[in-house]
Amino acid sequence: MNLNPTPADEAFRAEIAAWMQAHLVGKFAVLKHRGGPGDEDAYPELRREWEQVLAAGGWTCVGWPQRFGCRGLSIEQQVIYHEEYARAGGPGRMGHIGEGLIGPTLIAFGNEAQQQRFLPDIIAGKVFWAQGYSEPAAGSDLANVQTRCWQEADGRWRLQGQKVWTSLAHESEWIFVLARNDPDSRGRHGLSFLLLPLDQPGVEIRPIRQLSGSCEFNEVFFDGAIAEDLVGEPGAGWQVAMGLLAAERGVSTLGQQMHFAHELKLVIKAAKATGKASDPLIRDRIAQAWSGLRVMRYNALRMLSGAAGADEASMSLGREALIYKYHWSNWHRDLGELAMAVLGPLGDVPAQDIDVLRLQQVYFFSRADTIYGGTNEIQLNQIAERGLGLPREPRPQ
Amino acid sequence: MNFALTEDQVMIRDAADTFLRESCSSEAVRAVMATDAGFDPLLWRRIGQELGWCGIAVAERHGGLGLGPVELMLVQELAGYRLLCAPFFASACLATSLLCETADETAQAQWLPGLAAGELVLSAALDSDPQAWTNTAVVAQADAQGWQLSGLVPRVPDGSVADRLLVVARTEGELGLFSVDCQAPGVSRKALQTWDASRRFAQVELSAAAAQRCDAPDFPDRLRRAAALVRLYLAAEQLGGAQRCLDLSVAYVQERKQFGRVIGAFQAVKHRCAEMMVRCEATRSAVYGAAALAASAPDLVALEAETAAARSLATEALHYCAGEAIQLHGGVGFTWEYDPQLFFKRGQASAHWLGTPQELRGLIAARLIDSGELA
Repeated sequence: MNLNPTPADEAFRAEIAAWMQAHLVGKFAVLKHRGGPGDEDAYPELRREWEQVLAAGGWTCVGWPQRFGCRGLSIEQQVIYHEEYARAGGPGRMGHIGEGLIGPTLIAFGNEAQQQRFLPDIIAGKVFWAQGYSEPAAGSDLANVQTRCWQEADGRWRLQGQKVWTSLAHESEWIFVLARNDPDSRGRHGLSFLLLPLDQPGVEIRPIRQLSGSCEFNEVFFDGAIAEDLVGEPGAGWQVAMGLLAAERGVSTLGQQMHFAHELKLVIKAAKATGKASDPLIRDRIAQAWSGLRVMRYNALRMLSGAAGADEASMSLGREALIYKYHWSNWHRDLGELAMAVLGPLGDVPAQDIDVLRLQQVYFFSRADTIYGGTNEIQLNQIAERGLGLPREPRPQ
Repeated sequence: MNFALTEDQVMIRDAADTFLRESCSSEAVRAVMATDAGFDPLLWRRIGQELGWCGIAVAERHGGLGLGPVELMLVQELAGYRLLCAPFFASACLATSLLCETADETAQAQWLPGLAAGELVLSAALDSDPQAWTNTAVVAQADAQGWQLSGLVPRVPDGSVADRLLVVARTEGELGLFSVDCQAPGVSRKALQTWDASRRFAQVELSAAAAQRCDAPDFPDRLRRAAALVRLYLAAEQLGGAQRCLDLSVAYVQERKQFGRVIGAFQAVKHRCAEMMVRCEATRSAVYGAAALAASAPDLVALEAETAAARSLATEALHYCAGEAIQLHGGVGFTWEYDPQLFFKRGQASAHWLGTPQELRGLIAARLIDSGELA
């Protein structure tokens, strides 16, 4: 265990901080701390442009291998990158699904033609992707996909069905979809992983208005839509999708924590402004939130270094990784409640002050945190089953 | 930056695990708890002389192993897991932290070698004040013969078996550290009967007891650093206890059958176990992180805040997990015969030393909100 950074790490940290300071200015300055979860519909055009500024600086896809023209940063360096990006107030990444999800999937499961076709535009910050997994009947039971796909005589794949909770589909050019190629199959079998452009006659996108009033998610309807490509073999889509979910639990968590730390600072600022900073109960909750952030940071460092927990060798996913999502999402929800307790009546009115509005957004949007990406209840099942070896819930075969 | 344990650290942890597994079965622990002394002298000798655990955090020049907070934290976690009944916390964690952090070189050279070898048991006052030791009721006075201490020390862990005590006492408006021989005239010790019989306490009355003054310069800041380390070691012990409660519960719910299946198959039970694991792992991250920080020569404010956070989380995790263990064991969870009660009692008895969770969070809040020293 050694928490002291090397001189090379320090230099790298300074390089990113300097780059951000030099570039997140002028017209981009309004993007600081914007566009994160709950705020993803903020300044979409400007954030697209920002993606290309990042790309020009070589700051997209920093962990991808150098053979794709990327930096191929080590885990430690990627952590530093994400921390400094977030510390500088770097806006929510329009390209995060391409960079964090489909890109790594294509690198792991795609063929060379697919890599050559899709990766350069993701790296350049030019093409944005959406994720098509969830369906009305496939939420927690993600394998219960009903969207159908079939191959035409000319070899092209078509889709029929509906996806839901598709982040930023209306701002994206492409979508990857899990669909059922074998109509007689159930559960994880008989699924395929397809790639298709969203701008085509067979695709309709309808925004979903959230309880917070914003529209970051969509329903996407496919009516004979044409898929241009398929990753992996037909029928092996589940394996591809699960490999991708594994990539989701990555180094960007440290960046997420920097945003959380910023939000806690805003809570403290608000508490000083409203006088709640002298309320012992509020002070206790603020200190609790700070402690939770320390937990998250060290938990992430444990995940990244595969550090020792009890019996870690016997589990594919360390215990600290199993609790991670449950811990941060509930922490964030608590922070939202703390923020509103601090704001009091100021919380009733949508704020003009962007720092106060952010806290209001945290309060509302964090209710989604304990639902998407595995609800609290599914997380607890997984912790009990995979972490503690308790009997599994019944699942269709 | 690397958060993984080194090979040596893994070796120390695994060796401690094996040793404690063999020597601290539930039967052995209960047998020791029933004795007057409250610890097994033979086991204690092996810990001190064979394993060298008392010298983990003691510098090599003073006869220790020259390791640090990470290694001691790992052993403490396992000691808490097995409910080790021995003056290990009192001597190797509490007194060692005070000596190493706050005592002058003379006192260190005088006492650390014996302490590290396990030949000498030292202890110190443990009170509930988050302003650790600074509100001491003991007064020191000097005359031609030297220093003399008078006053009451209400709680000294393993005070009845200690050879020497380290006492923080007030003298003419300032605080000093003093070392007292427990056999000296003017020292009277009364063993306390406590609900938690796994760690014994004594009340010590000092009446003009001869003492040696041994505080190093900048004593108040050093005292804060020592308190932070002691909180860390208590947190590690509590983490181990919480983990044990989880493991006992998981084993029980996988064996106990009702309605034709093991109760661990019911989601209501699974989710309670999962919640315990969340708290254990969150606490482990905080404790390991604070230990790694302590080993990296941190500034005092960060060390205080992180150890306070770890300690608050650990206190609450142990209380929660021990309570859940009783509940998940059903009727037998409430019996003397089953082990959850032992941890429930240890949890209560270790909840308030050097500050309750609320008081420790108060320390954090002051640095975070008022002085802005923490980010």
